[in-house]
Order: sequence, then structure tokens, then C-alpha cells
Amino acid sequence: MITARNEVLGRIRAALADLPADGADSEVPRKYRRAHHDTGLVDLFAERAADYRAVVRHTLPDELPAVLHAAARVRTLLVPPGVPEKWLRGIEPGRLLLDGPALTPAVLDAVDAVVVTGCAVAIAETGTVVLDHGPGQGRRMLSLVPDHHLVVVCADQVVADVPEALARLDPRRPLTFVSGPSATSDIELTRVEGVHGPRDLEIVLVSHG
Amino acid sequence: MRIGLFITCFNDTLFPRTGKAVTALLERLGHTVVFPAEQTCCGQMHLNTGYQREAIPLVRRFARAFADLDAIVTPSASCAGTVRDHHARVAESAGDDRLATEVADIAPRVYELTEFLVDVLGVTDVGAAFPHRVTYHPTCHSLRALRLGDRPLRLLREVRGIELVDLPHADECCGFGGTFAMKNPDVSVAMGTDKLRHVLSTRAEVLCAADNSCLMHLGGLLSRLRAGTRVMHLAEILAAEEKAMSPARPHHRAPGARRTEHV
Amino acid sequence: MSGTYLGMPAFPRAARAAVADTQLRRNLEHATGTIRGRRAEVVAELDDWAELRAAGAAIKDHTLRHLDRYLVQLEEAITAAGGTVHWARDAAEANRIITDLVRETGETEVVKVKSMATQEIGLNDALAEAGIMAWETDLAELIVQLDRDRPSHILVPAIHRNRAEIREIFRRAMADVPADLSDDATALAEAARRHLRRKFLAARVAVSGVNFAVAETGTLVVLESEGNGRMCLTMPDTLISVVGIEKLVPTWADLEVFLQLLPRSSTAERMNPYTSTWTGVHPGDGPQALHVVLVDNGRTGVLADRVGRQALRCIRCSACLNVCPVYERVGGHAYGSVYPGPIGAILTPQLRGTAGPLEASLPYASTLCGACYEVCPVAIDIPEVLVHLRAKAVDAKRRRVLPTAERAAMAAAAWTLGGPRRLGMAQRAAARARRLVGRLRWPLTGWAESRDVPTPAPESFRAWWRRTRGRTE
Ligand code: SF4
Repeated sequence: MITARNEVLGRIRAALADLPADGADSEVPRKYRRAHHDTGLVDLFAERAADYRAVVRHTLPDELPAVLHAAARVRTLLVPPGVPEKWLRGIEPGRLLLDGPALTPAVLDAVDAVVVTGCAVAIAETGTVVLDHGPGQGRRMLSLVPDHHLVVVCADQVVADVPEALARLDPRRPLTFVSGPSATSDIELTRVEGVHGPRDLEIVLVSHG
Repeated sequence: MRIGLFITCFNDTLFPRTGKAVTALLERLGHTVVFPAEQTCCGQMHLNTGYQREAIPLVRRFARAFADLDAIVTPSASCAGTVRDHHARVAESAGDDRLATEVADIAPRVYELTEFLVDVLGVTDVGAAFPHRVTYHPTCHSLRALRLGDRPLRLLREVRGIELVDLPHADECCGFGGTFAMKNPDVSVAMGTDKLRHVLSTRAEVLCAADNSCLMHLGGLLSRLRAGTRVMHLAEILAAEEKAMSPARPHHRAPGARRTEHV
Repeated sequence: MSGTYLGMPAFPRAARAAVADTQLRRNLEHATGTIRGRRAEVVAELDDWAELRAAGAAIKDHTLRHLDRYLVQLEEAITAAGGTVHWARDAAEANRIITDLVRETGETEVVKVKSMATQEIGLNDALAEAGIMAWETDLAELIVQLDRDRPSHILVPAIHRNRAEIREIFRRAMADVPADLSDDATALAEAARRHLRRKFLAARVAVSGVNFAVAETGTLVVLESEGNGRMCLTMPDTLISVVGIEKLVPTWADLEVFLQLLPRSSTAERMNPYTSTWTGVHPGDGPQALHVVLVDNGRTGVLADRVGRQALRCIRCSACLNVCPVYERVGGHAYGSVYPGPIGAILTPQLRGTAGPLEASLPYASTLCGACYEVCPVAIDIPEVLVHLRAKAVDAKRRRVLPTAERAAMAAAAWTLGGPRRLGMAQRAAARARRLVGRLRWPLTGWAESRDVPTPAPESFRAWWRRTRGRTE
């Protein structure tokens, strides 16, 4: 039987008939850099993230609970399962909402909360945080529907550039690369922040103790 | 060094003044130049319009006409680009190995005028005088095919009395594009008009470039507008001397003399 | 002169109207000018741009060279990760597959994240015929959909509209528009957010395109800015991803090149706000049914052309549109296809063939200025392909007994240029009759309408040389 699959594959082979069937393949030249910066990565990350309107706060490991505590005074903290307990030390349970069991989209939309997550890796060159949605990072929906996302980034999670970040990530996981709050350039190719994703992106950068 | 002039069919027929300027300039710099009479055309128009087959004899002729010269100098960035970038492909498509060897041999000896002056002769001050306000448009072939860079400007800066002004948005195409100017006249003229907006904003008296084809397009618009700015090939400015200061006649015919009867 | 352009090709005619649209001209000049400058800045930040570009081109060439193998590998990887792969030879087959998949869910609405492939195959119309409403969720797509307009740019389909026009479109066509909507870009974005939020929360089926598909892992990748992509990829139960077969890259690590090339070329950002990757179905997170539809629809025909196949490297960044001086004057509609600008001029005739007047005119819709090639992140030599397509068109017509007027003129020119004696004769005749230009070169009506025609010199250069130097080499 001629299936679409066989036919498309057959067309491809016919189209490539001018090339030797198993001819030597030219090497892909990979002379580009693995990184564009090798020092000052944490500062570069902070600067580049801020360039795209993320609010960046620096803190020390001991002071992280205080930072989150301050956030919890304004809004409820919505947290995924697996967030380290020490981050949340001292925060009254009433100010915490746990996404476990999973909240419905309607609840996520209605709640006036700050979503607090960790991340898998952060990229200095581009000011990007990458979530692999493992423990402490929540399902993809969690950091999408509410309007305010706070990401905790530890200094040792910051890598120089895209190649290193991809090498650290597991493609079998769902991944979300976040560079600043949601934005659009669809009106006159001029960038404005705040469309469907969180309009506030806050990055708390925890330096080495 | 045996220097051959590759004047191009276009300049030969329509703008001989440019060829004369190149001759005068190189002779003034102490060189002997020859004009191989067998030359006609590099085949650019045919190649760019899709008439590869018609271009093959022109490429053959080019290779024959210039075979034994040390340097082949042309006042056309686009024709230089055609020889360098396209002749090899024509030879390949014709399946003519000997021609392929010949064009591969010739291509590196073909120089656009400003390349020849700056890179081969090593001069930027060519002893010219031209006391006029001038702006320079880098044509697409100068800019992106040949990568002439600032060679033309380095030459112009040394001209006595010249008042050289930067052209805003210089790197944008003027809209000529060979047969594009005829096949898409509306877009061509729209692009040309935008280019002129920038040219006129410089209040230059003369607009110069390394390709008479683009200048024919822009000059045709300027003279239709009676804009008070004229076009001149770069070579003519570099050839100008103190004693012969009276400006050359404009490329285009007098106002009112529209020629459409033959089309 | 008449005859040469009998049945004026579509592009020049559409362009004539477009260049007269003053609003369009100002909108495009502003938008493309803005993005051009920003792109140049972020590209200049990377001192290895040339090396990234060379790698990007080589990875794509390598993939295309082994496309059959990589497609099979992709299929296996997606299937192993819980997805289902479908193959479509053409648009009709792809639309049928997708319509059936939506029908099986029992839903009558789908949300869509901008995808060139689904526009190319006309999916929305096909779904509408089956009683299924497709909601575009990308802001620019939404503007175009509300206005019942056509997209005019790859990345920003509403680039031909300015903020005042967008406000009018929203006020006219958006059901729940705020009464006091201003033309401030932030307010317009906010209106779109509110309008679409309920749709996202309720959506059960989404249709997406992808930017990249990784053969090795079966991973699909979408780059976006607004978060509508994340919504579509995350909220519904069923996700149908439509993938042109040229979207593949061999390995996960290859993305390191394209995630640097694409955002900087496209939105002129170091990184776009959101990039999502997913591999099959992820239990407890996102859609639990994933369908991937691999679409040929003319691509294998492009692959068969030795020169033209480089067009399949395209990663749809739109940088070539933004620098194109022709695109800047006429906008996207004149190109008569979802792929406008330089890439459209080489892709549309190859995908659809050149039987129609529009497709036949597209290879000529360029001055060959080379700006597109210079910015293309995968180094597609668009001028080279344009000239190649022109030659193919000319050669196809050679089989006709009666030559076209153009071919006759070209043959006459070639004859005249065939030797110095013929050329000299023609020059002298022209100097006498002042008619050379009319004979030797193109019919000049289009020229003379707005430009003065140069006069052939009374004495050619070669005649002057002979007269003054006596002899020639
Ligand atoms: S052809 Fe090149 S520049 Fe144009 S959209 Fe495709 S990748 Fe981008």
C-alpha cells in the first residue's frame, strides 16, 4: 500500500538523487564560541534580565526567607510541591497556597498571588531563566496563568551562554525559557510588555553564601 | 604592468565621458592603458534576466579580449561583480572546461576603478580638483558584491576643493536593478524617490557613484524634477583638474526634451 | 511598446496600488526601519555571528541531505514519547487529518498559536467548512482575523497596520472591547489579553506550528513573545502540531546555534520572552494527547532543485523582509502568498510552480541588491536563487515556437554585442538616429513615464579611442 509516509520519503530520496547516496558529508563547522563572556556572569545575568524589564533583586541565602516574607505580606504565595522548606521559613501558612493537589485553571486565573518557583538553569548572555518543571518549579500552567512570577535563581545555576545551558538541560522534560515578562512587538514592531503571560517577572538572585 | 580598460558596453555607448575620464586619470598617474577592441559586454543584463544561454558567447568574448593583460580596470562595480561572481558559473553551465580555466584565471585580475587605485596603485590622492558640494551613493554592487568599503570616500576626500557630504541611509538600494526598473517601474521609482529625498537633503550639487547604471536612473529622476542636482560618475570627479574646472555637461538632455517617441 | 508585458504580471500591478497607499508606506517605513536598526545592534553584539551563521547553514544543509533518515528518526522518538505522527503529502491531506483529529475530540473550537504552515495549507478555512472555529491567539494574527484581512509579514502579520488602525479594528470587531480603548500599544495589548483569556482557560484543543523539531529526541520547539504560545501548548487536553518537513534539526545540541540566530534576526532580541520545548506527552503537565502532522506540500519539489533547495534552510525569521527595499515600499500583500518579501519571492514559485502570472512574476520582484542575503541567518543566497528561477522561466519558454518579445529583444541585444563591429555599427546608427536605447535595450515606456531617458552619445568611447589613439589593441 502506498501510504503518505512512504510517498513523502520516496519523494525525498528521488529529490536527492543528484547527491551521491552515501557520499562523504561535509563537516558542520562549529567555530562559534561556547560562551561570549567568562567572568562576571552573575552580574551580567542580572543586567541582561533587567534589560528586558524583569525586576531583579540580589540576596544572600540566609536572607531569602525575608525577601519572600516581604512578598507574602502583599500577596499570597502560590508554591509548587518541592520548594525547599528553608525558603519559606517563617511565613504564616495562611499566606501560602500549595499547588498540590493541582489547582484548576479557573482558580489559577482568579487567585491574587505571586507564584514562587525555582529554575533549572539561567543564561547570563541573554538574561534567561529556564524551568524544567521538576520539583520546586511546578507544572507549566502554574507559572503561566497567574500574573506575577517570582523565580529564585542561585548563583551557581547561572551559566555563560546558550550552548552551556542546553548541555545542562534534559530535553525529555518540558522546558520553558523565560526572558523577561510577556511582551509583544506586534504593534508597529515596538516592544511593549504584558500580554498573556505574567506581566510581572521578578528574579531573586541568591549569591553564594 | 599592462593595464586594459574594460569600459563596458553601457558606458561605451551612453557615457563615453566616463571611459575618457578613466583613461585621463590613469595616464595622469603615469600608466599606459590599452583598450582591447574585441570587448563588448560582460553579459550582466542577460545573466540577471535569466538568459544564461545568450550570455555564453559574451563570456567567451570577454575571456578572449582580456586574456593577456596584467590588470583589467573598469568603471563599473556591477560589471566587475558579474565577471568575478558569475562568469565561472556560466562556464560551468556551458560545460566548457577550457572557458572555466580562462575565466578563473582572469577574474582575480579584474578591478573596479577605486580598488585598482587604492589596492594596486596604492594612491588615494590622485591629484584631482573639484570645488563642488558632492555626495556619494554606494551602489549595491559597490557595497555588497565588491565590498568597496570606504575606498571611494578615501579617494574623494583627497580631491582639492571638494565639499564632501554624507548621504543619509546610504546603504539602501536606489531602485534601479537592471530590468527591474522596467519590469517594476512603480517600485523602482518609489525607491528612487526615497533615495533622492536623502540626496536632496544633503544639498549637494553633484551625486556621484561607481555605477553609471544607477546614476542613469537617479539622474533621470533628478532631471525630470529639475532638482538642481546632477549626477556624475566618480571617475569624472577623480579625473577633474584645476585647469579644466568647468563642469561637464549633465548626462541628461535638456528639460522639456522628452523622448518617448521611439518606444 | 506593447506586447512585451501582455497580461501584466500580478506583482507589478499589485505593487502599483501599494506604492500609492501613503498610509501603508509610512507604516512600513516606520516598522521596518525600527526593527532593522535593533537587529543590527544585537547582531553586532556577537563577534562570532559569521561562524554561527555558517554553522546554521551547514546544519540545515546536512539535515536536508539526510531528510528521509531524520524524519524517520523523529517519528520514532515522538512515538516513543507518547505522541502520534501523521504524514501529509499536500495541503488537502493535512487539513483532512487535522479536521478528523479535532472532530474525534468532539470540540467545535480550537485555539491556534501562529504557524506559517497552517496558513500555507489554509487550515482555518478547512476547519470552518467542518463547522470548527479556529481562534488565532497571536496579537497580530488576531488583528488580521478580526479585520478579515490577510497577513502581510511572517513575524508580524499586521505590520501594515498602525496603532490607530488597530484600535479601530478592535472597536469594530472585538466583542468585549472596552468603550474607552485608546491607541496606546499597552492598552491594545491589554484588550487582547482580556479578550483571549477566557478562550485559553476553556480551550480543549490547540493547533500549533513549530520552529524546530529535534530528530534525535522528538522534541518540538516554539519561540514566541506574548505567552499565547505557552497557553496553547499547556492548557488544552489535545495538541496538534503541524510541522513542515524542513523544520528538522538532527540533535538537541544543534539548537544552541538556532536559539542564538533566530531571536536576534527575528524580533531583534537577545532572546525572545518565551521558548517552549516539549517531547511527546508529559504526565500530569500539559496536553495528554499529542499529534504531530508532518507536511510536504511542495517541499520535496523544492528539495529536488540543486540551486533552489537552499530556500528550505529558512527558519522564518523575517530579517530579509525587514531589510528589503521592495518589501518596504509595497508590503506583503503584493506577494500574494503567506510568504512575502525576498523569501516569498523564491519560495512561492517553487512551492506552487510558475504557471500562474503571480508566481511567474515573483522572481523579478527584486533589484538583486543583496541586502536579504547579507542578513539571512542561514545564508540563503536569495539573489542567486532569484536569478536561477528567472533562467528556469526563460528556458521553459524556449520550447515555444514564437519567441516572446523579451526573448527577441534579448537575442537582438546578444547579436549586437556579439562583436565590436556590430556594436560599433549599432552605436553609429543610434548616434545618428538617437534611437539606440529604444532598440538595444528594453522597451522604455515604464522608464520614461517618470524618468528622463539618457541620450546615446554622438561618439562612442570606442570611436573616440580609434579617432584619438589611432589604433586599438
Ligand atoms: S530567508 Fe533567511 S532571512 Fe529570510 S526569513 Fe528565511 S531565514 Fe530569515
